[in-house]
Amino acid sequence: MEKLRWAEKREQKKNRKPAISGRNRKQRQAAACFLLPGLAGVSIFVLIPFGNVFVSSFRTSLTRQFVGISNYLSIFRNTAFRLAAGNTVRFIALGVPLLLVISLLLALMINASPKWDKYKYLYLLPMAIPAATMVLVWRILFARQGFLNRLLETHVDFLGEGSAFYIVLGSYLWKNLGYTLVLWLAGLKAVPGDMLDAARVDGAGKLVSFLRVTLPNLKGSMYTILVVSLLNSFKIFREVYLVGGAYPQEGIYMLQHIFNNWYTNLDFDKMAAGAVMSAVVLGGISLILQRLWDRED
Amino acid sequence: MYDNSFYNGSSEWQLTEISRPLSGRFEMDEIKLRKIWHRGTKLLQLTAVLVLGLLICLPVLLLFFGSLADSIEWTERMRPLLGNTEGYISWKWIPDYPTLENFRELLFLTPEFLALFWNSMKLSACILAGQLLVGVPSAWCFAVYDFKGKNILFSVYVILMLLPFQVTMLARYLVLNGMGLLDTHAAVILPAVFSTFPVFLVYRGFRGIPRELYEVARIDGAGEWMIFRRIGLPLAEGSVMAAFVLGFFEVWNLMEEPLAFLKDMSLWPLSLYLPEIGADRAGRACAASVLTLAVSLQIFGVFRDSLEQGIVSSALKG
Repeated sequence: MEKLRWAEKREQKKNRKPAISGRNRKQRQAAACFLLPGLAGVSIFVLIPFGNVFVSSFRTSLTRQFVGISNYLSIFRNTAFRLAAGNTVRFIALGVPLLLVISLLLALMINASPKWDKYKYLYLLPMAIPAATMVLVWRILFARQGFLNRLLETHVDFLGEGSAFYIVLGSYLWKNLGYTLVLWLAGLKAVPGDMLDAARVDGAGKLVSFLRVTLPNLKGSMYTILVVSLLNSFKIFREVYLVGGAYPQEGIYMLQHIFNNWYTNLDFDKMAAGAVMSAVVLGGISLILQRLWDRED
Repeated sequence: MYDNSFYNGSSEWQLTEISRPLSGRFEMDEIKLRKIWHRGTKLLQLTAVLVLGLLICLPVLLLFFGSLADSIEWTERMRPLLGNTEGYISWKWIPDYPTLENFRELLFLTPEFLALFWNSMKLSACILAGQLLVGVPSAWCFAVYDFKGKNILFSVYVILMLLPFQVTMLARYLVLNGMGLLDTHAAVILPAVFSTFPVFLVYRGFRGIPRELYEVARIDGAGEWMIFRRIGLPLAEGSVMAAFVLGFFEVWNLMEEPLAFLKDMSLWPLSLYLPEIGADRAGRACAASVLTLAVSLQIFGVFRDSLEQGIVSSALKG
């Protein structure tokens, strides 16, 4: 019985051949025409050089001698690298879920009353503000003589203390709330209304129908939202770099800082190993995400 | 709800007669209460949405009003910061002597501002045109055709999209150096053209088009190019536009790439001019920000609807 089902599944898989799969040469040629220019550029500018970096991560940059994983070991022993990696992980682990939850709450509120739809534009405004401008605002707000100190009647350099991390976190939320909000609103509009009505008729409360009907229907949009939020969490580096320079307060010393510093110090061995490590970790994350989303579809 | 003494077997009618007004009044109170509760929470939610929204726009207002104050007033305001003394920065929403001097100075008396502005324009135009020419067909290929290794290749594209610039900086530097492109605009334009973010975004838009449409078109004898142009592009216009607008925001705020690959400051984009203006000339920095922001807002205003529509279609299909 078990075997039969297995065979059946395999048969199905065979039959499920994609509808358009290379049905004739013309289509294959067209596919190549569409993809190849882009693929060629991506290969020349990123893929092949990155392969090169991968190879050189196992050699010394000076003598090109094969040294095994010693470059990797040396970055793991590097306290600055561990600090930067820890900060980056902490930032993403706190920032992305916070962003998702806050923007979802806002989206639910706005979605409940169609008349409020226009208020989302307030949230989109920060997206257009240049990073450099943010630095001026930060100075005015958080400097030793700035507004926040005036409000608290203190003289604390908020950007030079542990609070710097939360300022960066806040700016990340500030900048990306609008984009994420629009994405959630889009997802919410696609939740079938009759399904919600049916749930209500069956006596489901607001919370239950949110958890059982709305949330599962948002899964598709959540993938895009997660990926984009992750992508944008790396971009906050611009502001941090403009405010703090190459060596900011240690709570906001991110992976990008250490890469920058390796670059200026011509520390190419560590850079190559670090780049491969980051690519592997990010690749792992994106594969896990894809698995999670493909499995239940 | 009803009393048993009314119940005498035969008079069900009586029972309902009596219980109706009773329960009716009871329900009315409940409904009223619920309505008040409902309105209260709605009001609370509206305030939350509005207050947070305004708070989020506050920095923009700060910049706008700041750009109207002249340099004397700014020096006065920022004195504690510049002299690093005690005391606090002071602030007035409406300056004592509102002026457009900052804008005039930037636009007419600062030639490098205009030069950098045109650099930014050139970079944006080239990169966006390239992204549309290269990225959209790639996305179409991923969305419509099936070939060996497609899923793996697409995963690679997603990973490349996620990698921070600093991680690929060394690899890019070596290529650009090898091609002799360093210190030219091509060093910024070419890698950006092959960014995989637009591919990711537009791919999702194309995936939203029902496959039957292509099948029908093929049966009717349409060529592949015709299908792309007549079905794909018009139906996924929103996501193409979204990729365009988001790409513009990205390029307009470009920072790392020109810093790493352009030593010649006359080639820099506008986004690198801003940090050069220190806090001592805050008025002019505000004005420069307002001008930069104005271009972004203009683009946003024109493409607002298609941006939203594009984001919507990119969010829906898996």
